[in-house]
Amino acid sequence: MDFELSDEQRLLRDTVREFAAGEVAPVAADLDASKRFPYELVEKMGGLGLMGIPFPAEYGGGGADTLSYALAVEELARVDSSVAITMAAHTSLGTMPIHLFGDDEQRDEWLPQLCSGRRLAAFGLTEPEAGSDAGNTRTRAALDGEEWVIDGAKQFITNSGTDISACVTVTARTGEDEISNLIVPNGTPGYEVGEPYRKMGWNASDTRPLSFDGCRVPAANLLGPRGQGFKQFLQILDGGRIGVAAMGLGLAQGALDEALAYARERRAFGRPISKFQTIQAKIADIATEIEAARLLTYRAATLKDRGEPFTLTAAQAKLKTGRLAVRAAEEAVQIHGGYGYIEEYPVCRFYRDAKILTIGEGTDEVQQMVIARALGC
Amino acid sequence: MKICCLVKEVPDAAVQKRIDPETKRLDRSGENTLNQFDTHGIEAAMQIREGGVVDVEEIVAVTMGPGSAQRALHKAVALGADRSVHLSDDVLAGSDVCATGYALAKVLEGESPDLVLLGQQSDDGECYTIGAVVADHLRMPSLTQVIKMDVADGKLTCERQAEYGYDTVEVRLPAVISVGDAINEPRYPSLKAIMGAKKKPLDTKAAGEVGIESGKVGEAGSRTQVLAINPPPEKEPGEIIEDEDTNETVEKIVAWLEERKLI
Repeated sequence: MDFELSDEQRLLRDTVREFAAGEVAPVAADLDASKRFPYELVEKMGGLGLMGIPFPAEYGGGGADTLSYALAVEELARVDSSVAITMAAHTSLGTMPIHLFGDDEQRDEWLPQLCSGRRLAAFGLTEPEAGSDAGNTRTRAALDGEEWVIDGAKQFITNSGTDISACVTVTARTGEDEISNLIVPNGTPGYEVGEPYRKMGWNASDTRPLSFDGCRVPAANLLGPRGQGFKQFLQILDGGRIGVAAMGLGLAQGALDEALAYARERRAFGRPISKFQTIQAKIADIATEIEAARLLTYRAATLKDRGEPFTLTAAQAKLKTGRLAVRAAEEAVQIHGGYGYIEEYPVCRFYRDAKILTIGEGTDEVQQMVIARALGC
Repeated sequence: MKICCLVKEVPDAAVQKRIDPETKRLDRSGENTLNQFDTHGIEAAMQIREGGVVDVEEIVAVTMGPGSAQRALHKAVALGADRSVHLSDDVLAGSDVCATGYALAKVLEGESPDLVLLGQQSDDGECYTIGAVVADHLRMPSLTQVIKMDVADGKLTCERQAEYGYDTVEVRLPAVISVGDAINEPRYPSLKAIMGAKKKPLDTKAAGEVGIESGKVGEAGSRTQVLAINPPPEKEPGEIIEDEDTNETVEKIVAWLEERKLI
């Protein structure tokens, strides 16, 4: 087994690490407190090529592999989850369906502006009554001449309502037992983007409900063959799990970084608290769990890059890292004592940001279902 | 104009530095990276090129080090250098600053640059001197801790950071300039540059290929000898004045300061 990153992967990781420390860390607390979308950071990330890492260079993408993408997500999440999810959702969920299922015209139209980060894309799957049971889509699309007419609602949709949101790919019922994906550009009459949610965490990311009321898009906005929507979104979620796993991994590492630095600095009973066994046990356990989760996440990415089946490993990585992020953030707050409960220290934000990782893009329970099925249950 | 940027592979800043008591050398076994100070030199070269006052035909990154040092060159070309030269040879291991400066100067002789740029210090050895040693061998003028640089008509006008203020110095090219980190804000390499870095030429040179005399490099050719390594003395703990009665506290602080002739 080869555990070494390539020179390019290492350099990308180090660059994103420097970028996160130099550009994201100084503003993360303020973005979180003011719930402000990080437009400047998205522009800078776009300039560096971080908004289109795994897409072909001919469309302005980075032409890099899934592992490179996961490394970049990890390094961003290590410092701030809002910025990380903005990039990850744009890539895995927003741009990926158009890249994978779009025809030449759709790819030519959307990919260059999305890969550059000038515009953002969203993926509209979840509905008020279709979360884990995403196949229970109520949104309908009916063909009327040369147009699809869409009616329904979506919720918890990331990157859907920013000033630079370009489009959303929605799943819609196009027949009784048929789901299809359609591209809906922002600004299309009948497509309304609701007010952003008040969330527990990920405060600087854009998450909104969407509604479609007689929304008409050209027939050519159908993504891939009609009726393939179910299969398509499962494929998108499969790959997306690697990005979300990298978020959990990054958050856990960031929490450990903060906890370790604090423990070495904070003194009690005449010595740094890092010299106490109870603190050491927490740090040692979390560091070990992180290393195991890292190997699992990188392995899922590597399997995908090799074209091998990765569904099981990606679901395991997502399950493992989400839980780990919650636990690591909690331990980091505990190590910080009272200071961990106030917003002066990043671990407070990490604690709020972590919980969604056991829910978003497939709950733990859905991951367990995917894993069990893959094992033959 | 041709600019050579000297770069060095150093332990990552996040890695706790450790000196091997056996060899008395820095333990370089952990993660390594391009010396952060040298990125300012590359950025300065890029800004001269992009400034358009002079035509910069080529920016060449040069390093001396083991095989892993190619990673530093890889980053240097991702940051904008056009090609790189890697001086690597077992006879060079253990070279001190003077021997390293001599070896690098031999590489630079073959390149004939109009300007040599480097960071003012390395993040590991922190000697601040390699630029001056290289310049001495090349018989070029040298300036250190330069934080502003204007190029025109075969000369440079530099501001260098002095203890109390700045010196403005004019220097004729070719010259060796070590830059301070206040000179610029190095860019991040873009993903495109990272992916394209390996397509840029990399020459690996052995000591003999650039005319280095083996007796002048390595441990044997180094005149400095590390006899012992000791940790710096522990800082004495400060004095904490408890604020029970503010008037008394102020008096105590004033007395403490007066005693040390600070007020």
